[in-house]
Amino acid sequence: MKGILIIAFKLLVNDKGKFAALLMGITFAVFLMVMMTSIFSGVLRSASSVVINIGAKIWVMDPAVTTVANSIPMPDFVQDAVRSIDGVKYAVPLYSGAATLRLSNGAYQSATILGLDDTSLLGRPQLLEGKIEDIFAENGFLVVKDSEINKLNDPHIGTTFELNEHRGVIVGIAKVAANGLFGMPTLYTTYNRAIQYIPTARFTTSYVLVEPKSPEAVQHIKDEVKKMGFLAVTKEEFREKISTYYKFKTGFGTNILIMTMISFIVGLSISGQTFYTFILENLDKFGALKAIGAKSHELIIMIVFQAGFTALTGYGLGVGLCTIMIGLAKMRLPNYASVVTFGNLGIAFIMVLIIAIFSSLIGVRKVLKIEPFDVFRG
Amino acid sequence: MAKTAISAQQVVKWFGVGDARTNAVKAASFEASFGEIFYLVGPSGSGKTTLLSMLSGILKPDSGSVYIDNADIWTLSTDELADFRLNRIGFVFQDYHLFPRLTTLENVAIPLILKKYDWDKAMQEALKYLDIVGLKNRAQLPPYKLSGGEQQRVAIARAIVSQPDILIFDEPTASLDGDTGKKIMSFIKDDILNEQRCVLVVTHDSRIFEYADKIMKMEDGVVTAIENHSEM
Ligand SMILES: Nc1ncnc2c1ncn2[C@@H]1O[C@H](COP(=O)(O)OP(=O)(O)O)[C@@H](O)[C@H]1O
Ligand SMILES: [Mg+2]
Repeated sequence: MKGILIIAFKLLVNDKGKFAALLMGITFAVFLMVMMTSIFSGVLRSASSVVINIGAKIWVMDPAVTTVANSIPMPDFVQDAVRSIDGVKYAVPLYSGAATLRLSNGAYQSATILGLDDTSLLGRPQLLEGKIEDIFAENGFLVVKDSEINKLNDPHIGTTFELNEHRGVIVGIAKVAANGLFGMPTLYTTYNRAIQYIPTARFTTSYVLVEPKSPEAVQHIKDEVKKMGFLAVTKEEFREKISTYYKFKTGFGTNILIMTMISFIVGLSISGQTFYTFILENLDKFGALKAIGAKSHELIIMIVFQAGFTALTGYGLGVGLCTIMIGLAKMRLPNYASVVTFGNLGIAFIMVLIIAIFSSLIGVRKVLKIEPFDVFRG
Repeated sequence: MAKTAISAQQVVKWFGVGDARTNAVKAASFEASFGEIFYLVGPSGSGKTTLLSMLSGILKPDSGSVYIDNADIWTLSTDELADFRLNRIGFVFQDYHLFPRLTTLENVAIPLILKKYDWDKAMQEALKYLDIVGLKNRAQLPPYKLSGGEQQRVAIARAIVSQPDILIFDEPTASLDGDTGKKIMSFIKDDILNEQRCVLVVTHDSRIFEYADKIMKMEDGVVTAIENHSEM
């Protein structure tokens, strides 16, 4: 068994031109597939960053909300009504909006402002510097140390700015789990200060964040909120909702899907075609092997090994190339959103397996059909 | 009397359907013994290759039987037949069919690899046979770097490396010049043939008839004569 694998390996690798073409086809396809799907994963993750960072278990919102950034203000009674539902441990408001800051050097910069419930501070970030209580200090804001923080002119504790004629002062630097999508810095303050500083319409609550008493209570809470005409979703469902929006309601997901499919088809045809030529060129030799006494299953093993070896090597090269490219890009571009997830790698791996299986099949079919008699006749 | 190596009885092969249907081999019968070089001669299209394929377990006859060393080979299963060819028959194909991407040595070792020899052992053994055909110093070259006569000898080394008792040559001298062809045949007669072997040669090259022990003539699928050459 080992011997015929060595033979198969040498037949493949010593045909340098075709082996290189095969590897390039697969590497290229894997590279494109992983690049496409990881920029997609990265953007989806960024799009859900507020949901990830706030971390609340249940979010109550207007049913028309599509993404976390496009919140639709709800009347204040919603919070009280939710609070009185059976199974709710507590329910607090979250303000989410954008505002334009005037920095101390006179420049203007927009920022995402998150207003945390004054009593519970539910959804508060971990602090790298400063104390969380200082958020209650006069004009106190926390700034998130994410890839956008430098747009605020290297802020530190004590840095001041203006927000709609109000003064703001940085009282803490917060850590972040996920970077945002929109290229804006993020500031936290209290709910009351947020609605006081940022002029809004009649309604001010963006979301009501709910902590259930137990996991079993979640369904009941959802049902009750629905009766009120609003929507309650878990953290995971909210992320799912956001990613569904980007996947299906914007052209972004469809385009990525099409590009990924095209990479797959290009890879499939380049490697399938090359492998087929490789088999055709060696067909009389496979016939001679059959005449000498190779059994069909041995020839199948040789071909599957050749296809599998090429596919896996190409996969390794493609993934390696992606990792290098994304690594380089992240070093230079703080906003570069790509993340390679196991899902991306898995999708590319499945595609490569399909390429290998497809190539093996056409090769095996050809080789099983060849009659040693035809080799004999020349 | 020498032992019978190959015995064909009323072997028949048809090809094609309808108007294109041809009777390539018509009830051919003959016997060849161990220790002899047996020639199959006849014009192109007379059915030599077809008959040879049926004798060597490559093409199933429509009727009739083939006995190799008294075993009825066409009662074997496909895999048994493959093992039979691997162990008992050595082939030298008309256009050699050597792998250009393998070295000469690896080409020779292929039957041993198929017999599941350990790689290093197969190479060692193959080298002995390359030595026998006088090409030990070409072991690491790809076959296409060798001359036609040398390639023929590599193919012979591959055919004998597993020590088969039946050797089958299809037009061994067709693509060689007269001198090289004769050298190959005298090499086969002097160094390859022995009392435990039967060498079957298909040819229409009259320059090498002198090396035959028996010559069987075919015409249009029919065996027309079997002559004992040494007595001629
Ligand atoms: N696979 C095949 N299909 C149809 N006809 C065939 C096939 N193989 C051989 N023949 C026919 O059988 C006859 C004998 O062929 P072959 O054995 O190759 O002759 P030879 O080897 O003596 O030149 C020829 O007429 C040839 O055309
Ligand atoms: Mg012929």
